[in-house]
Amino acid sequence: MQAIHVKDLVKRFNGFTAVDGISFDVNEGELFGLLGPNGAGKSTTIYILTTIIGQTSGSAAVNGFDIRTQPDGVRKSIGIVFQDPTVDTRLTAYDNLDLHGRLYGMDAKARKERIKEVLELVELTEWKDKMVRTFSGGMRRRLEIARGLLHTPKILFLDEPTLGLDPQTRRHIWSYIEKLKKEGITIILTTHYLEEADYLCDRVAIIDHGRIRVMDTPKKLRNSIGGSVVSIGSSDPNKLCQLLKKNGLCDGSKINEDIVSFNVKDGAKMVPKIMQLAMEGGISVESIEVHLPSLEDVFLHYTGSSIREEAGGEGEMKRRMMAHGH
Amino acid sequence: MGIELSKVYAVWLREVKRFTNSKSRMIGSLGQPLLFLVALGGGLSALVPTFNYQAFILPGILAMSLLFTSIFSGVSIIWDREFGFLKEMLVAPASRETIVIGRTLGGATTAILQGIVILALGILITGVPIPSIVHLGAMFVLMVAFSCFLVAVGIAIASLVQEVETFQLIMNLLIMPLFFLSNALFPMNQMPGWLSTLSQLNPISYAVDGLRLLLIGQGSFPLMLDVAVVGISLAASLGVASYLFSKTSI
Repeated sequence: MQAIHVKDLVKRFNGFTAVDGISFDVNEGELFGLLGPNGAGKSTTIYILTTIIGQTSGSAAVNGFDIRTQPDGVRKSIGIVFQDPTVDTRLTAYDNLDLHGRLYGMDAKARKERIKEVLELVELTEWKDKMVRTFSGGMRRRLEIARGLLHTPKILFLDEPTLGLDPQTRRHIWSYIEKLKKEGITIILTTHYLEEADYLCDRVAIIDHGRIRVMDTPKKLRNSIGGSVVSIGSSDPNKLCQLLKKNGLCDGSKINEDIVSFNVKDGAKMVPKIMQLAMEGGISVESIEVHLPSLEDVFLHYTGSSIREEAGGEGEMKRRMMAHGH
Repeated sequence: MGIELSKVYAVWLREVKRFTNSKSRMIGSLGQPLLFLVALGGGLSALVPTFNYQAFILPGILAMSLLFTSIFSGVSIIWDREFGFLKEMLVAPASRETIVIGRTLGGATTAILQGIVILALGILITGVPIPSIVHLGAMFVLMVAFSCFLVAVGIAIASLVQEVETFQLIMNLLIMPLFFLSNALFPMNQMPGWLSTLSQLNPISYAVDGLRLLLIGQGSFPLMLDVAVVGISLAASLGVASYLFSKTSI
């Protein structure tokens, strides 16, 4: 059985289409990533799958339960760590977990044992009786992860689990996620950090403007766009781009902030030729780089824009709009 | 999914823990009612020497304290939405009715704890004789029903309203009129006609009237009418709050 099955899911808010007909399956025990910029529809997808908001059309099943007709079955099967903090800051860490356990119908003994376990996992045992409002952002996120796992869900949703955290805390959280993966829990995570998707996920769906552009293992995605990527920094990228095209060196190149990049079979061998052409054409080349495709290149290739330039701004607005419902 | 008592208890427990975790809130909320009782009650008593005005407004001040604390407790769902905690509640496998009832009882518990302190201090300050156990018991029941009614009103408002900024608006347009357009501070039979009419339409008046009857033996309505109006208000507000909360979005 698939842990999650999504078919033609659509969500519209007042004429704005946040999720535009996406379909995917997540296998049991898999770590599946939704990668895309803010406002791409990742969080909306998570909200629909976790029964917080209803879909406009399409269907989905989580742990075999239909999200529309069996929301209670879905809720009992899943744990969620939201993008924005959702712990009660005026309670202690322990009380937050205890409340969660009660809401999920765990008896006193199971609650006590499990709270101890999850606190140890996220290394918050010695902080358990402190008010959450005294916690740092990283500690709160760890507490949320502990809480999401408390009722031993079959499927864990992680919405931007490391957003806004420092690199050290991020590594820390990655190590918890890897630990969970070894235990066989199915995880679906959203992220706009390419290295996070690359490092953690078994499979990644690149999502942009509410649609899945491509979906595969990170390795296959990287291989899918050609042997190597050449990036040339130039003061006149447009002219350089035309010149390269005219000479048949590349057909599909992308310009992103003065950097022309394109995929070729063997980039290293082309460097001398590029330099020669640029010199003859009177275009100054400031830098030239040949590297194996990263997920960043994959993203650029399939969506036509860099993931970083879209972060914040419009996406933030859409997210707020959605958070407020109407 | 029906109402699960263990989950009602969980939601209730959260409200009570939040309250007891905030010592300043507990003490701060006593200030305003006591100021009204001592300053306003003391001052006006001197104007009308034949009438123990301070004793007269004690039930009104008690109702005021319940009114403010209860409605704000319900409305605090807006803060839960703002700070994200509402999501945790809404994705839990607990029915919306369970959450509404748990919150209502939790909010009422904190309001009544404060109410009891104000009643005790008020009896000391005004010198009203301590009522019998039966009367105190009846007052307690009335306070519970009244407070639950108001928490539910707050939940209903919070389910409709999204912005934290509306707090002040609710205070000025709802809570203050409910308090001043009632019999909390003035005897109904000596009010100007328009005010008397308004306060007879105000359910707060019936709670004040009931408490006043039980505490100092003065009242404008039969006790059964007071109890009936508060009871009907409670049932109606719980129904509306459950309905609106089930439609609320994060």
